[in-house]
Amino acid sequence: MAGRGPVGVLALQGDFREHIAVLRSLGADAVGVRRPSELAEVSGLIIPGGESSVIDKLSRLFDLAAPLKRAIADGLPVWGTCAGLIMLADTVLDGIQGQQSLGGLDIAVRRNAFGSQLDSFETELDIPVLGEPSVHAVFIRAPIVESASTSVTTLAALPDGRVVAVEQNNLLGTSFHPEMTGDTRFHEYFLSKVTSQ
Amino acid sequence: MSDKSTTEQPSTTRVKRGLAEMLKGGVIMDVVTADQAKIAEDAGAVAVMALERVPADIRSQGGVARMSDPDLIDGIIAAVSIPVMAKARIGHFVEAQVLQALKVDYIDESEVLSPADYVNHIDKWQFDVPFVCGATNLGEALRRITEGAAMIRSKGEAGTGDVSEATKHIRTIRGEIAALAGKSKDELYVAAKELQAPYDLVAEVAAAGKLPVVLFTAGGVATPADAALMMQLGADGVFVGSGIFKSGNPAQRAAAIVKATTFFDDAQVIAEASRGLGEAMVGINVSDLPAPHRLSERGW
Repeated sequence: MAGRGPVGVLALQGDFREHIAVLRSLGADAVGVRRPSELAEVSGLIIPGGESSVIDKLSRLFDLAAPLKRAIADGLPVWGTCAGLIMLADTVLDGIQGQQSLGGLDIAVRRNAFGSQLDSFETELDIPVLGEPSVHAVFIRAPIVESASTSVTTLAALPDGRVVAVEQNNLLGTSFHPEMTGDTRFHEYFLSKVTSQ
Repeated sequence: MSDKSTTEQPSTTRVKRGLAEMLKGGVIMDVVTADQAKIAEDAGAVAVMALERVPADIRSQGGVARMSDPDLIDGIIAAVSIPVMAKARIGHFVEAQVLQALKVDYIDESEVLSPADYVNHIDKWQFDVPFVCGATNLGEALRRITEGAAMIRSKGEAGTGDVSEATKHIRTIRGEIAALAGKSKDELYVAAKELQAPYDLVAEVAAAGKLPVVLFTAGGVATPADAALMMQLGADGVFVGSGIFKSGNPAQRAAAIVKATTFFDDAQVIAEASRGLGEAMVGINVSDLPAPHRLSERGW
């Protein structure tokens, strides 16, 4: 299905198994990625939901951060969901002390932008690029895109205007978790980016 | 659905269970103070668990163990940006109401604290905040899920540094789930009776081959190899209690356990993580504990 190799899902921490399951249900060859040698094989990568401060720390400890940054700069299609969106943001607001991101998306993202778990929610979201019907989106201690450069396309926003899905060249980012709901359209959209690279 | 297009629905079952899904592959660390919480966050904890005393101290000091002081919980919430969980006593729904008012991210209805009710657990459906509960076997896990738990942790024997009970409980739960998978519908009715759990939930677990919620393991995990053992036995992640802040070098040990949890199937990484950690917590063999002092026997 994908171009050169399997589609990877960063498997350091978080709900990577759910992404792998959705990709496989769509006929894609999907693998977990924890090592630079595994990253070198993939034709696209999903950074899953999880705890961004932990994914950041482990990616640096196990020498994945530098090759990931290079792959992003070289045009590897990468999609970050929730914690993954934070990892792809050039600027992280409200990170823990010393928290870094891979960057690539010319945006500023705020962690835990809605508040505590009591402020987590699900809702219907219009995503024009996916067509009708609307997407059922799950936000869990979710980040939002607080600002973005003009080279970033907004794919979805909440009714109050807060941006929750963006695209910039080879990169996709969503505040919510399409891997949790059984609606595979966002994964299909990402796979189409991987095949057409 | 269309008339809900602008409605945000908080505290749904999916949202409650979903946070636990995001913690998978991670380590949740017991903390008493804001300083400990900061150390845990810096070491790579996916969440912290606030409690009045770590289990080893509850064990050695005795007395009634309760929910933490709200000031300490506020301090912990202010100190870290990762999720904050806090323990309430079994059946103590007012402690749970207080913890919800303090806006913790998860409540642990925990056998590590002194039970407030020896008959009833908390009706967790009445709360907006999600709950994690302990279990020693599948029936207990399913009863907690029936009461509204959004995450299960095997109990182990907290405060001992002896991982044998944690091993027994995760093996028991996983083994009982595997046994369900081979059963026909008429046998599942009997299984539900024997598990003392609702038939529909038993049938759901039999079909899926797993619990409908995330399953962590807890109680006695003290080393990187202990954490990796739990992950190889099929846990989704680990809780570490006394094992960190009762050891010689908490920050280093915490970081090492995080590494071993991610690379649980890579003995080289676990070996590296296990080097030079200094003193592990002083352990107590569970077999030396008289039965009345075994915390895992609290809850039913």
